[in-house]
Amino acid sequence: MIRMYAEIIRIRFLMMLAYRVNYYSGILIYSLNIGAYYFLWTAIYGGQGSINGFTALQMATYIAISWMSRAFYFNNVDREIATEIRDGTVAIQFIRPYNYLMVKVFQSFGEGIFRLVLFSVPGMFLVSLIFPIQLPGFGWIWLKFALSLFLGFVINIQINILVGILAFFVLNNQGMLWAKRMIVDLLSGLTIPIAFFPIWAQWVLKALPFQAISYLPSVVIVKDLSGSAFWGAVGIQAMWCVLLLIPIQMIWNKARHTLVVQGG
Amino acid sequence: MLAIEAKKLTKEFQVYQSRKGLSGAFRDLLNREYRTIRAVNEIDLSIKPGEMVGYIGENGAGKSTTIKMLTGILQPTSGMLKVNGYDPHREREKFVRTIGVVFGQRSQLWWDLAVQESFQLLQKVYRIPHEKYEPHLKRMIDVLNIQELLDQPVRKLSLGQRMRCELATSLIHQPSLLFLDEPTIGLDVLVKEDIRQFLRDINQELNTTVLLTTHDLGDIEALCSRVVMLDKGNIIYDGDMNRLKREWGDGKRIVLETEREYELSELLATTEGLPVEWEKKASHTYEIRVPGDQVQVPEVLGRVIERGIAIQEMQLEEATAEEIVRKIYQEGMTID
Repeated sequence: MIRMYAEIIRIRFLMMLAYRVNYYSGILIYSLNIGAYYFLWTAIYGGQGSINGFTALQMATYIAISWMSRAFYFNNVDREIATEIRDGTVAIQFIRPYNYLMVKVFQSFGEGIFRLVLFSVPGMFLVSLIFPIQLPGFGWIWLKFALSLFLGFVINIQINILVGILAFFVLNNQGMLWAKRMIVDLLSGLTIPIAFFPIWAQWVLKALPFQAISYLPSVVIVKDLSGSAFWGAVGIQAMWCVLLLIPIQMIWNKARHTLVVQGG
Repeated sequence: MLAIEAKKLTKEFQVYQSRKGLSGAFRDLLNREYRTIRAVNEIDLSIKPGEMVGYIGENGAGKSTTIKMLTGILQPTSGMLKVNGYDPHREREKFVRTIGVVFGQRSQLWWDLAVQESFQLLQKVYRIPHEKYEPHLKRMIDVLNIQELLDQPVRKLSLGQRMRCELATSLIHQPSLLFLDEPTIGLDVLVKEDIRQFLRDINQELNTTVLLTTHDLGDIEALCSRVVMLDKGNIIYDGDMNRLKREWGDGKRIVLETEREYELSELLATTEGLPVEWEKKASHTYEIRVPGDQVQVPEVLGRVIERGIAIQEMQLEEATAEEIVRKIYQEGMTID
């Protein structure tokens, strides 16, 4: 079992290497994004010490960390699942003695690790040379961040799977996929930290799973959370990991029984 | 234990019924009408281990739907189904370890990776012990002649090369039952022959049961002693290929090219008393139709030569499986 999943991760590594150009252009796009948001926020701060509890330095660090985290948790598994359902290749997956969704999770994990090691870490180093950001030194905080980031990854992939398997019922869900992408980027705090939303919106966002993908892990490291603040954040993430399993399992069971294979 | 046992196996689909015109399209937005289509209608099928069975039918006859039920992909609407002793849909993960599947139109190899990477992944997926995996794989590589293809990405393979790799893939875990859905589609004659030979070999050596759907009846003639024919979701014939030929083949045709032109009555006289028909095709070419089993070709030819008809060339023709099947679908099946 573990060996099979390890093999799936290895295969994904190989596939990522087969698409090297994507990988290089990814680095460029992420650097540009970090640069653009950095200058935007510098302009907004305009010399002010602190806004909504974030100092300018923390804000710069937040931008760099959240984009580099995105490189880890982001994947196109929603699109892949939807495509496989639409063109019928999902049938091939059903003749294998494994759980299709688990395979997708591990594929994405392989992809995430690939990008974390070969993209985020060197990217972070590069960014820290160009922009004045402040990262904590070696210590427990990185381990706490890793845990929180991992949970963010799990929640993101759960949402992706959820949207992807809706293709069983709505055979063309391209629009839904685009909307989901925008929603996740905006509501997860990637473009604007949750603390910058109006109070009422903060209440709403804190009740949604998206902030647990990006905002919480980034805050853990930027604000150096500890004690109950840290465990509170991780607790919310863990809760979403469990809660999201329910709709996935329900839709998946229904889909398995009503499966129609497209194209003969 | 039977390899495949199905009783009253049925699959129905719900399909949307679109209404006509623009106003119909708007009404469809609000409330859709469904229609139930019965793709497979109460079929009974039993296949013994080691049999090679051809499963044929026109497009839309329900072949693919049956295969998808037998492989556990689709859940039957009703009926009993046991394949290799399992309920394919309910016990899917255990069941699929015992079968191999080749979909001619869909690849199960990883498109961007070298072939051997797919093999290695499948070894882990099926948890095949190393000492069992190595010799078996090596043998398949030799027999299918895919040694040089192993380190190439699948997308660079030709269709024939890919299909040989697909076959190896489907047999990597030594399944006792192999489903082949259009395995020779788009392949040239030589590759087809190789693949047929390979399938005959594994059937003989490992007693692998094979269920084959194809549009190329050559595959079925070469491989299967038994044919199951499907039409509109119903099995209309289940039996051996030769009987199908005998009953629907309309016998044999002898085409004669003679040295000089003969009167038809002259020729007719030679085979007096035999139930054969003559026809003039061209000035020197005549056709004799020899029906069913009442009369043998040598007897007819013996008579013709005895009477001094000067034959230059002779051809013996038999209805191909293709013609027979076309005929059955056109005229409807009346044999049981």
